[in-house]
Amino acid sequence: MSTGTLPGTTASERAASPNGRGLLAGMGGRMLAAVAAGAAAELAALGLIGAAAWLITRAAEQPPLAALSVAIVAVRAFATSRGLFRYGERLAGHDVALRAQATTRERLYAALIPSGPLGHRGADLLSRMVDDTDAVQDLLVRCLQPALAAAVTAVAAVTLGAFLLPAAALVLLAGLLVAGLLLPAGAAAAARRWSARVAPARAELAARVADLVHGSADLAAYGAGERALAASAESDAKLAALERRQSRANAAALALGTLVQGLTVAAIVLVAHRAGIGQVPTAVLALTALVSFEPVLPLAAAGERFAGVTAALRRLREVQATPAAVPEPAAPAPPPDAPLTVRVADLVVRHAAGRAPALDGVSLTLTPGRRVAVVGPSGAGKSTLLSALMRTVDFEAGRILINDTDVRELSPDDVRAMITGLTQDPYVFRATLRDNLRLAGPEADEEELARAVHRARLSTWVERIGWDVTLGEDGRTVSGGQLQRLALARALLHDPEILLLDEPAESLDGATADALMADLLDVTHGRTTLLVTHRLHGLESVDEIIVLSGGRVTQRGHHDELVAVPGYYRDLWESEALTAPAS
Amino acid sequence: MHKDLLRLARSERAVRLHLLVCAVAAVLAGLLVLAQAELLSGVLSGAFTTAALLPLAAVVVVRALFGGLQGVAAGRTATALKSVLRGRLLSRLRDLGPARLTAHRSGELVTLAGRGLDALDPYITGYLPAVAVAGVVPLAVLVRLFVADLGTAVIVLLTLPLIPVFGALVGWQTKAVTERQWRALSRLGGHFLDVVRGLPTLRAFGRARYQATVIRQVADAHRSATMRTLRVAFLSSLVLELVASLSLALVAVPVGLRLLSGSLDLRTALLVLLLAPEAYIPLRAMGTKFHAAMEGVAAADDTFAVLEPDPEPAPEPEPEPESAPGSRRAPRPAPATDEAATGGDPAVLPPQGVPEIRLENVTVRYPGREDAALDDVSLVVAPGERLALVGESGAGKSTLLHLLLGFVTPSEGRVLVGGVDLSALDVDLWRRRLAFVPQRPHLFATSVADNIRLGSSASPEEVRAAAEAARAGEFVAALPEGYATVIGERGAGLSAGQRQRIALARAFCRPDAEMLLLDEPTARLDGRSEAAIVEATRTLAEGRTAVIVAHRPAMIDLADRVVRVEAGKVVSDHLVPRPSGGAEPVREPRTPDGAEPAQEPRTSGGAQVGGSR
Repeated sequence: MSTGTLPGTTASERAASPNGRGLLAGMGGRMLAAVAAGAAAELAALGLIGAAAWLITRAAEQPPLAALSVAIVAVRAFATSRGLFRYGERLAGHDVALRAQATTRERLYAALIPSGPLGHRGADLLSRMVDDTDAVQDLLVRCLQPALAAAVTAVAAVTLGAFLLPAAALVLLAGLLVAGLLLPAGAAAAARRWSARVAPARAELAARVADLVHGSADLAAYGAGERALAASAESDAKLAALERRQSRANAAALALGTLVQGLTVAAIVLVAHRAGIGQVPTAVLALTALVSFEPVLPLAAAGERFAGVTAALRRLREVQATPAAVPEPAAPAPPPDAPLTVRVADLVVRHAAGRAPALDGVSLTLTPGRRVAVVGPSGAGKSTLLSALMRTVDFEAGRILINDTDVRELSPDDVRAMITGLTQDPYVFRATLRDNLRLAGPEADEEELARAVHRARLSTWVERIGWDVTLGEDGRTVSGGQLQRLALARALLHDPEILLLDEPAESLDGATADALMADLLDVTHGRTTLLVTHRLHGLESVDEIIVLSGGRVTQRGHHDELVAVPGYYRDLWESEALTAPAS
Repeated sequence: MHKDLLRLARSERAVRLHLLVCAVAAVLAGLLVLAQAELLSGVLSGAFTTAALLPLAAVVVVRALFGGLQGVAAGRTATALKSVLRGRLLSRLRDLGPARLTAHRSGELVTLAGRGLDALDPYITGYLPAVAVAGVVPLAVLVRLFVADLGTAVIVLLTLPLIPVFGALVGWQTKAVTERQWRALSRLGGHFLDVVRGLPTLRAFGRARYQATVIRQVADAHRSATMRTLRVAFLSSLVLELVASLSLALVAVPVGLRLLSGSLDLRTALLVLLLAPEAYIPLRAMGTKFHAAMEGVAAADDTFAVLEPDPEPAPEPEPEPESAPGSRRAPRPAPATDEAATGGDPAVLPPQGVPEIRLENVTVRYPGREDAALDDVSLVVAPGERLALVGESGAGKSTLLHLLLGFVTPSEGRVLVGGVDLSALDVDLWRRRLAFVPQRPHLFATSVADNIRLGSSASPEEVRAAAEAARAGEFVAALPEGYATVIGERGAGLSAGQRQRIALARAFCRPDAEMLLLDEPTARLDGRSEAAIVEATRTLAEGRTAVIVAHRPAMIDLADRVVRVEAGKVVSDHLVPRPSGGAEPVREPRTPDGAEPAQEPRTSGGAQVGGSR
């Protein structure tokens, strides 16, 4: 996970990586404009105070008025231009930030497409990953841009000092280096150290809070709310103690910055007095030194943020370095033409090295119009078989042929265009019902949508809530059964060459499930279909039934053959038949 | 300033103290700038010798110390305030209860109570001290300027108000726009997260790559809209910047000219030059910090919105001690209204023993939904009866369970428990007599044992026995650390069947529960897991009243009686013949005032209706 070049990551995917350096390449010009405007604003501030100091101390020597005119003009010019530069800096900076965010998100998303199932990442981890994409804009706008502007200002101040009194310039340089490099580095190191301790405390609190909210029914029913509340208060106290100590470190950095600025100015005045360079240069030196710290002091906070940014970028790189679940062939073969025959031979799939194979030598053939059902206990490898066919997980051994073309020679996208359907854990998007359905058929007209809904036995629900109701919102407005039928409607609307159905009747009640299965077997008649199910009702009509157990085919054949012999299938059939009349 | 937040800060002693220290330290640090300017101008003008650099260094050290103190106190204020808010938020969430919690977006609530409150940090540690400084330091600077040089003081006095005035004016004008942009930005984040979560689905339908361009388009549209807004919004800061820097020019140039004429001494001139910007800096800092604190203000608004009592308050408990027995046999068509309530007596203890449950013309409506979730339902569940609720998803079966649990209250009609109105009972005491297994039980991020003994202090032996009874013993023993294994995020690592069996073990862990409420316990399970759950449920239901929302024949087969619910109404109600087999079901619709089978006296807790197998 940590190295960038893993087998299976193609060059194009690596290029689309959400890392800061790659990103900067795309917008160097805009970034430069923002930095230049920021530096110009800081230089104008420096010039303003320098010119004003010179004007006043020189005026005290009562020279002719003409000697001051340049300084007067400079004071006014710097005063006016500073605001304008700042305005430009802020606009350019926000533009860069928004572009960076958009690009990072797009690239992160593109990097996720070829990866395997996302489910194992967990919802909270996923949202943190989305937050991490903000790190890139912070890197540019909150770290890099102020650091560069401060550096330009510091160089200008030190250069000016060097002309007036080299010794004073050295003092200034030392002060600026401490405030601009040492303090930010220290702040970053402290932030890294603290976040290593704060992050687990924060995660613990988040878990407790999530438990309180998501488990509220369980807690209320079992009268355990008080205890859960106390546990979250305890986590909160732990986190608060850590945060207090962290804020102490930040306060120290702040105080040190003030100290360095004041002492540097005092030292410069001392050095200038000792050198006896006179009032005018001394005042200019002291006041420009004072102002040159203004853009430098905030860098301590930038250093603190930088620690978070690097951690976020590292996480994003890890996501991006996750090898594609299925390698994309360098030169994909053209997808075969329909009608399609799929041949699976001795397929072995292992989810992780060292683990027992999820599929261990499975073979099956789907000729055009043939319908095959896969049954077996949970964990038998049924869904893995579908994932392998959809090329979202790769296989270790064996072959999958589509019309004699090896799927490894085809682009996984092309394979999914032919073989897809109702997958595990369908998702409801925060969008209208219509859009949620139409994603499976962007070209579909109203009639086709209505037909898909009808076939999925979803019409009553759709009529009740309407096509334009927004779904999603944590998936609460859609019950498990409705979600399942919505997913089925999507699959039917998409109408792939080879239809996969993973537990289409899951979480439906008995009567509806049986009716849905009957309808399903009706509409899929004559269509190439692979059906994963744990209900055997209606399986008399499919061409072949495969019983999987522990990744192996333990039984296969037609319903009548399987019922005739003792085994898993007959056991399940008998238990279903026994209880069927109750509905 | 956020009124609610400040009221809260004042009312909490710890917060108040830290906030005070923080503000005082910030103000003192700000005032020391005056002393610093005084000393520096003295040295630079030659009025003081270089020996004055020593007190100057001392002032700097003290300023730094106050600055540090301000930071520490600010951190303490922030953590204390966040803890208070988080505590209140979580108590409020618990008080809302599961049914009304779903009305809020639970995911957003989790974020708000977790990391959302951290957005308050810039507000408390940055903005509030800046306000204190802005209230004191500019005035002090003005006073000093008046003493030093009247002309400069007048210029500063005249231009200084421009900053808050312009700031307020432009801020007021752009507030709505800024807020809209802020919401748009969080919507954008929500959209992205939505798409990432749904990626497997998009991939299945070949829409994954297309969505990448959508992400880009949405973000680009958002960016150009935001930039249009910002071009105007940033004019405010341009004006403020110009006022501040031009004022410095306005001060410096006349001062220089007066020095030339000899009407002003250098020390005063330098002091004025050093001090004049210090009058503007606090006000501008306040503006900047406010910008950074906007997110915190939004978080505070969200928090107080949740903390505020509902506009639609939960129905008050309506104790009706004397009306309860009288109305037992007479279902009332009208809802149990307030007129019937006779006073504010505390909850009546539920009667002991397995009670009869009686629903009288109960209608349940959820806010914002037109259709009633339950529509005029009347139903009697006899003690010890095993009732299966069947029907389409969304028909109202789960609502019926939630009604019995007290998660929802009837909008009309009432629920009687052993003849006493459920709304009059102490709901906690009542729930202690229930064992509930939801459709998707939540597993908590603690050990397996703690998940099983949820809400009780069962001994390890009792937990083990409960797990064995729920057919969970075997797989729990196979876990890396057995009962001490900490369960991952929402039960990660356990199969649906295993999670369901842990939830059943919870029910087994309450041996005293008189009533069992199960919501589709086998919905997502394969045949063999289902068999284990069915067997466990059969044991669990013994001697108890059981209401089971069921889909599967095997589960329905457990029941004595099957009630079908459709669109919030009971459409059929029949006893299951004994012994189970091919016999015709005996249809015997029962309503509260209809014929009922002989009812066991409430005292015989373990009585069975319809025989046992």
